[in-house]
Amino acid sequence: MELSELWFLLIGVLWVGFIFLEGFDFGVGMSTKFLAKNETEKRVLINTIGPHWDANEVWLLTAGGAMFAAFPHWYATLFSGYYLPFVLLLLALIARGVAFEFRGKHHAAKWKTTWDWSIFLGSLIPPFLVGVLFSGLIKGLPIDENMNMHATFFGDMVNLFTLVGGIAFVLLSYLHGLMFITMKTNGQLRARAREQALKIYWVTGAVIVLFVVLTGIFTDAYANRGAIIIPMYAVAVLLYLALYKMVKDKKEGFSFTLTGLILVLVTASFFIALFPNVMISTTDVVNNITIYEAASGAYSLKVMTIVALTMVPIVLAYTIWSYYIFRKRVSHKEHLEY
Amino acid sequence: MEEVLLARIQFASTTLFHFIFVPLSIGLAFIIAVMETLYVVKKDEMYKKMSKFWGKFFLINFAVGVVTGIIQEFQFGMNWSDYSRFVGDVFGAPLAIEALLAFFMESTFIGLWIFGWERLPKKLHLASIWLVSIGTALSALWILAANSFMQNPVGYEIANGRAEMNDFLGLLTNQKLLVAYPHTIFASLCTAAFLLIGISAWNMIKKRDIEFFKKSMNISLIVGLVSTLGIAFSGHAQSQYLVEAQPMKMAAAEAIWENTTDPAPWTVVAGIDTENQKNNWSVEVPYLLSYLSYGKFSGDLPGMKALQAQYEDLYGEGNYIPPVKTTFWSFRIMVASGGLMILLSLIGLILLWRKKLETSIHFLKWLLAALFLPYIANSAGWIMSEIGRQPWVVNGLMLTESGVSPSVSSGQILFSLIAFSLIYTLLAVAMVYLFIKTIKQGPHEKLKDDTTATDPFDANAGGAVKWN
Repeated sequence: MELSELWFLLIGVLWVGFIFLEGFDFGVGMSTKFLAKNETEKRVLINTIGPHWDANEVWLLTAGGAMFAAFPHWYATLFSGYYLPFVLLLLALIARGVAFEFRGKHHAAKWKTTWDWSIFLGSLIPPFLVGVLFSGLIKGLPIDENMNMHATFFGDMVNLFTLVGGIAFVLLSYLHGLMFITMKTNGQLRARAREQALKIYWVTGAVIVLFVVLTGIFTDAYANRGAIIIPMYAVAVLLYLALYKMVKDKKEGFSFTLTGLILVLVTASFFIALFPNVMISTTDVVNNITIYEAASGAYSLKVMTIVALTMVPIVLAYTIWSYYIFRKRVSHKEHLEY
Repeated sequence: MEEVLLARIQFASTTLFHFIFVPLSIGLAFIIAVMETLYVVKKDEMYKKMSKFWGKFFLINFAVGVVTGIIQEFQFGMNWSDYSRFVGDVFGAPLAIEALLAFFMESTFIGLWIFGWERLPKKLHLASIWLVSIGTALSALWILAANSFMQNPVGYEIANGRAEMNDFLGLLTNQKLLVAYPHTIFASLCTAAFLLIGISAWNMIKKRDIEFFKKSMNISLIVGLVSTLGIAFSGHAQSQYLVEAQPMKMAAAEAIWENTTDPAPWTVVAGIDTENQKNNWSVEVPYLLSYLSYGKFSGDLPGMKALQAQYEDLYGEGNYIPPVKTTFWSFRIMVASGGLMILLSLIGLILLWRKKLETSIHFLKWLLAALFLPYIANSAGWIMSEIGRQPWVVNGLMLTESGVSPSVSSGQILFSLIAFSLIYTLLAVAMVYLFIKTIKQGPHEKLKDDTTATDPFDANAGGAVKWN
């Protein structure tokens, strides 16, 4: 494997990690609108992700930084091409991030309402945009011969296929978040999260199936990489069916693992569908940008590889440790920081 | 060309805004770590109270710093895609390493610090804030390594039509980085120190919690004096570096049009006429510029006119003179603020140690107002550094106007500029509001307030807390 391929894999891992981790805290953020019946419950929900959301978001920053360093052309084309979606993503993440910290520091109704909406929309918009973005990537975008993308907002970026992709990510994140809540709370909230999960189970399932079907119609993913992706999607659907029983049987840890695995499989499938390209052009096949064209030089990649191989295990170790420290269920009987 | 201007305004505004919060985070993390260390070592509850009280400001500020930092990671690609293509091979690595090495560390351990007061053993909790402090300082190192490449490109070769890294260690031992890093770290400590000084002064004027704020004042005045002196020395090293590596920036910062005499006088203030490329009047101190540039009382400096001619030979036709007035005045604002802060912290310490500070109400009011000085100096310093580098985005390698994204329209940039400005204004208002509220609340935690920290394992406290 060439270093550029290794970095394509690493960036895939970073995005998968981001979706898995921030996925549930997006879900918890969304749940504050539907699940909590009073202020204390709202606070319990927010506190379940309190110590973790910031570090989870760093996965996104690292993915962005790694794309810049390892594939400057990918970073340049993608971020300038998807200009407006990224502006919206940034606005959502900004509002959401401060909301966690600011919300509990002042006790006026208007203040709380403002930050409640920030948390809700800031948790809803990002997974939607990420879904739209990745579906767009595998569908292909108008890339010119200078590697620049000139995409229309409605049409190239937002269309039937990418909309379904966006909604699928929102629903899956929400489900993933609900499963996280069943693991991290007690009593009514825990029960309500479970009920809610069962309530949206079939709708979410239908959207996933629709997305799998539309992928066949709108992209070349099955034609090019069907041998890998079709089994992956088959596994994802089976896991989704198993999820129903797990939720019914109140197997909370398993349920959470299942929603996580489904998100992992779907996100990973995007990178497999792209390979060996990083951008697929709809204007002309020769305008596809491949991993090798987009990559940094051998020296730079070598330096980055050494740094990453040293640092990633350390980062993973203290991340896991911090989840271990906060493994207890969050209860209103204890002090709530946020 | 409209795109270049708008993209520059957006970069300048988002970066300057981000840098309001960053230095305070870096400095405050360190000061709080020191306070908590004193708590753990001396077992004096006062220091725990101090860590918690100043920690509130830290957390409010840190949140805004984090979210405004996300834009920094993305906007190179969004607005400056041609720049990203050209330098990504060199410039991307420090950014990625910053995220991997620093962001993960600070975000994970800040979570442990906020939520860990009752869950972690004392020493582990203390270690968390030290790791946050180290994380913030590491983050500054990597982002300055990236910026230093823009000021003084090293460790690269031109290959495949772009700059490619060929010496990673060279990138990290960039002369510019070695002088800019201590300057920035000292400036960060100074920013935090003067926030503590200002708020402590206000409380001393109001005669609230005198003992608590005297202790805070003592720590922060010491940090203030040491850091402002550090700023001066590292700043002096910066200007000596500047003469060598970026003579045009130096000439603009000093409004030197013609080559200077030997020894060179330092211009304190001047009436600059950029159109006719001369100064109408100036106040000068003999010998001083030679000393500032070379550390001795002799030596001359090239003027902008000569450098312009030299650059035209080297790079072809064009205007290589940066906006002189902005560079000149921002430099002076920075130096004046710095000098004032050295003076204030020195007088403050003398008064405090002679036990006269409490009663020097007039001087305390000065200290309160001085809270803004570091922010003025920090912003002015970056304006001087970045404006003084123009017209280059990477000094001598790439012009700013060549770096902009060809696929992004001016309308799109205008939209994002307005959107970011609006949300940043709201953030600033909310933050100032919370700061004032926290100051008014004071360091004593009231049991009625449901944000109050109570020990869940303390049986007596359990019933006293109201959960609404």
